Order: sequence, then structure tokens, then C-alpha cells
Amino acid sequence: MGELLTVQDLKLEFRSMRGLVKALDGVNLRVHEREILGLVGESGCGKTVTGLAILGLVQRPQAEITGGEIRFRGENLLERSETAMQRLRGREISMVFQDPLASLNPVFQVGDQIVDVVRVHKGVSRKEAKETARRALAAVGLPPQDETLKRYPHQLSGGMRQRACMAMALACGSPLLIADEPTTALDVTIQAQILNLLLDLRESLGVAQVLITHNLGVAAQTCDRIAVMYAGTVVEEGPVAVVLKHSRHPYTVALYECLPHGRTASELKTIPGTVPDLIDPPSGCRFHPRCDHAFDACATAKPRPVQVGERHWVSCFWAEQQGGTRPVEAEA
Amino acid sequence: MSLLEVDGLTVHFRIRRGLSRRSDDVVHAVDDVSFAIEEGETLALVGESGCGKTTVARAVLQLAQSASGSIRFQGKGLAGMKPRERRAAMRDIQVVFQDPYSSLSPRLTVHDLVAEPLRVHSHMRARDLERRVLSLLEMVGLGTQHLWRRPHEFSGGQCQRIAIARALALEPKLVVLDEPTSALDVSVQARILVLLDELQERLGLAYLFIAHDLAVVESVSDSVAVMYLGQIAERGPAGEVFDQPGHPYTVALLGSVPSPDPEARSGMRVLEGDVPSAITPPPGCRFHPRCPFCMPICEAEPPRPRMVGGRWIACHLADDFDLTGTTPGRAAERTVPHAG
Repeated sequence: MGELLTVQDLKLEFRSMRGLVKALDGVNLRVHEREILGLVGESGCGKTVTGLAILGLVQRPQAEITGGEIRFRGENLLERSETAMQRLRGREISMVFQDPLASLNPVFQVGDQIVDVVRVHKGVSRKEAKETARRALAAVGLPPQDETLKRYPHQLSGGMRQRACMAMALACGSPLLIADEPTTALDVTIQAQILNLLLDLRESLGVAQVLITHNLGVAAQTCDRIAVMYAGTVVEEGPVAVVLKHSRHPYTVALYECLPHGRTASELKTIPGTVPDLIDPPSGCRFHPRCDHAFDACATAKPRPVQVGERHWVSCFWAEQQGGTRPVEAEA
Repeated sequence: MSLLEVDGLTVHFRIRRGLSRRSDDVVHAVDDVSFAIEEGETLALVGESGCGKTTVARAVLQLAQSASGSIRFQGKGLAGMKPRERRAAMRDIQVVFQDPYSSLSPRLTVHDLVAEPLRVHSHMRARDLERRVLSLLEMVGLGTQHLWRRPHEFSGGQCQRIAIARALALEPKLVVLDEPTSALDVSVQARILVLLDELQERLGLAYLFIAHDLAVVESVSDSVAVMYLGQIAERGPAGEVFDQPGHPYTVALLGSVPSPDPEARSGMRVLEGDVPSAITPPPGCRFHPRCPFCMPICEAEPPRPRMVGGRWIACHLADDFDLTGTTPGRAAERTVPHAG
């Protein structure tokens, strides 16, 4: 499986009244063809911003990408013009968001909204576009009839709305879908339906996905590999079972141990301290003030990702010292 | 005698629509719900959005009017009390809401937020009040330096601590926790759950814990009531309900929770369809349109809750369910005794 998307050392800053917010500082991730990559971490760690940056949706003057590159099929997207990015969005890379009601236009029928996307990208007739919309609805498990096409967003349930958003995202055959917390607004039984749909879409259409989620359970059950983010950096990236069960980064270990699953409240572990202010982030490794294993080097230098296994990278000096690391191999 | 006894609680909301504001539509938010909480115990109410768990809590707090049924606290019915008497009784029942930013006034300092219930309900001298506020803040892990700040200066987790300190100011016996950690990140959630556990131990509190996150519920509760569309589907000791769910809805609900263990990838069990409207709930068993074991009787007759083992289960199949040695996974795969 080749690499579809590669984000390398991406750095991004936001302007704010209080100063520059160093929102992303060294985001590294890879998405292979037909792969579901989970992007996990706590609020404010930069998951969504990473997703938006991939699509070129963070714009100057409020935000500025200050370094790194985003390669999609080998081409650096940061060098593309805005017009070229518009052609890409919805056709090669699509995105669905957390709140489907907010991402659908309330005054247009769902069908018309899907048809619009298809016509813009494919330049086909209304009739043909409608056929495409029907197929897209069927692919996401909605009845592909006129009745569904004529519904307004408020007439659909939460789960159906998210399906409609996915139909719109996939109608033009994007090989990559960025799903930003697609199930967070939904109940567990509906969440399970949508997660199964994501897996189905990979099977039937071969859609690779970046699944942004704060829920490690969701990531564990759906993703092939996950990238764990903390305060704007990817601290660990690798196969889901390896990263969660044999974590190398102290933050991944701590985050997993905070989960209440199968533990009584008195057995729960916690992470000392709080998430840093990204206007004035800690020097060196951004996790070092809260890390049990931190030593001098952690406060002065920023750890680089080191390959520690097959498709498994860790950015941590302590993990490096623990041995078992291999030098970064030439990437396939 | 239990600390809180809720018997046959029913709450209906009338909705008005259209220009004439006339409509006979009634939302059956809570229908015939019964449960009890013992002193020092945690009862969790779980279910999906719109199942009525928050309405039950509001009824217990006397914030929603019940159409029928009784709520007895320490043996006395709250509905029959004189306003003055009820106000005194309600000192012992306090609440912590989901979103700390909207439940704490942005204009008050932490000191005033925590002191307010003391000012309303007691005639403490200024110095005693001060001391009490400080000890409450210390109890939830906040210090003197936080005393004169306002809610916007705190993180979500800290705000929830302030809300907890305020709820504990009057030394209640029962605290209603309405999704206390849903707005928080997992690492912050863990700290709040640990704090709630310590406080319960130390002060002998009883909790009515409302949550939709089953993993959280499993880690904090002594007993659990699973709600579906305004009714309790299953109620019993937490260990039994989680290990051997007896109601098909509980089985489905537990099966939908994605496990964080990637090696335990069983594939999530998916329940078809959506939750029906509470304005026109399905006849018979309210779960029947989505139930994989639905029989003709389920469409016609609402099941009465029955005691099975140590649990109450409202399901026509409850008697036929062999509850010994079943796991949540296997329960769903069992064949239907009477194919319907």
C-alpha cells in the first residue's frame, strides 16, 4: 500500500490578541491507500486544525503555516493555488464535521445540496448529478429515493444527517475522507451504526480516512493506525494495537490509563498538571512538565520522531533511551 | 427505608405549536419510573439522549412537575409538603450540572458562588462563612489563590470542582450529578471521578448519577437503571447489569460501546433504526420496533417489570432469558424462543 497523504513537520500559528498561538508544532503523519488513520488527543491539541490545514481551510491573515509540508499523492498541497485547492476539496479530499446540522444548509433540500457538489466538480447535467446523488445515498445506507432527496435537514435524524453529509463528501469519489469527530454528537447506538459505515466505505469504495476523535474506544475499534497528538505535536504514530497496548510515549500511556473502562473510580489514574498554554508553550518536549520520565534533555531540545517498529514512530527522548529503537529506515 | 424512593413517576410535557398555540400533543418524557437510592450509594441512570434521564433528575429536584407518582425523601413525600417544609428538605438534595460554564454565574467570584447557598439557607457569621468556604474549596482541591477569581478564568475541570464545592456547601445527603464529566476531556474526567469517589467515601453521600457514557457509569455506580424512551428497561446491581444484561436494549447498548482495547475487536453490535418520538411512543413495549427478539405480544402489551435474579427487567422475554453464564456478546446471538 502506497502513501496517499504525508504530513511532515507541519507548523502553524494563529494570531490572537494575546500573541501568537503556536497551534501546531511538528505534526507528522502518513495515511496509506485504503487505510483508516485515527487522529486522537484531548481538546485543543490541534486535531481539527490539522484536518483543516490539509484541506487548506486555515487561511491568512488569522493563521499562517510556518513550516513543513503536506504531500498528497506526492504533490505538496501548500504550493497549490486557492483555485487548485477548490478543485481538490470534495473531489480528492473531503471532510465531514462533528455537527451535521450545522454543516448542512437548512433552507435547501438534502438532494439539491448533494447535486450541487456533483455539478460543480463533474460539470454534468442536473439529471446525471441526481443519479450520482442517488448512488451516493445508497452507498451511505440511506434509501436512494426521491423522498430522501427531497427532505430538508431538519426532517432527518442525527444519524441520517451524518449519513447525508458523508454522501455529499463521497459523491465525487474522493479517495480520502477526513472525518472530524463524526460521531461525537450522536448516541452510542447511532455511533456504532456510523462507525460501521466508515468501515463499510473503506471496504466497498476503498476510501482512506483520517478519523479525528477524542474517544480512544472509537479509534481502537475503527482505525488501522493512530496518531496521538498532544499540544500541537504528534507524539506517537503507529498500528492501533501497538500504540494503545504497547505504548512507547509516556503521554499515550497516561491517556490510556485515564479511561474508566473496566476500572473502578478509585483505581483511575490521572495526569498531573494541565495542558499548556500554546501562546507560551514549554520548551523542548511540550509534555515534559507533566511527564514522569522527563530528564534534562527534554526541557531543552525537541524530540524528533524515531521509528521504533513497523510503521511506528515515537517522539520522545526517554523512549529512545529505553532502547529497542531502530534508525529511521528509508520510507517505502 | 431508603434515602430516596421514587415510585411510578410520570412526567408529561404539553407542547404548543402553530399560531393558535393550541395542540394536544403530549411528550411522554417519563412514564411510570420507580427506583430507590440507599444512603451512601450511587445509582446511575443511563440511556440515550431524550430517554428522560434528566427529566427524572429534575423531578427529584422539584424542578419539573410530575403528572403522577411519588417521590419520597427520607420517608416523606416531597409533593405533599408545605413550601417551607419542602425548602428545608431540599437542602439535603443538591445538584451538579453538565456544563459548568453555564451553571456558574460569570459575574460572581468563586467565593460568592460557594457562599451563596450558605447565605440563603443559614445565618452564619461572616468569619464562619469564610472558614466554611475555604474548607469546601480545599475539599475539592482548590486553594486560597482561587477565591476571588471568576469562572472564565478557570478550565472546565476546575469549574466543575467549583460547582461540586457549591453543591456540598449545605452538607447534602443526596447529590444529583447530571452528566458531570461529559463536557470534560478524559484526563480531566478521571480526576473528577476520583474526586467524587473520595467525597462520597468521606461524607457518606448518595449520588444519583446521570450519564450516557457506560464506561463511566460502570466505574462509579453501585446500581444502574437503564432508561429507554421514558421508561426503565432494566434496573439492578451494576455488576450484574454490566456482566449479564437481561434486557435486549441493555445488551444492545453495551454492545454499541466501542472498547478501547484494539485486541478485543469483536465488531460493534449494531442496533437498527432510531429512537422513536416520545410524542407518539410505540404501543406495547416501547423498544419493540428496534428489538431483535420482538414477538407479537411485544407489539400489543407493555411488559410489566419483573424481578429476575436481583434485577427488575421490563421485557416479555425476561422469564425465558437464561441469565446464567451469558455474556453481553452471546446474549444478542441467542435464538429467539418464540419466533415472532
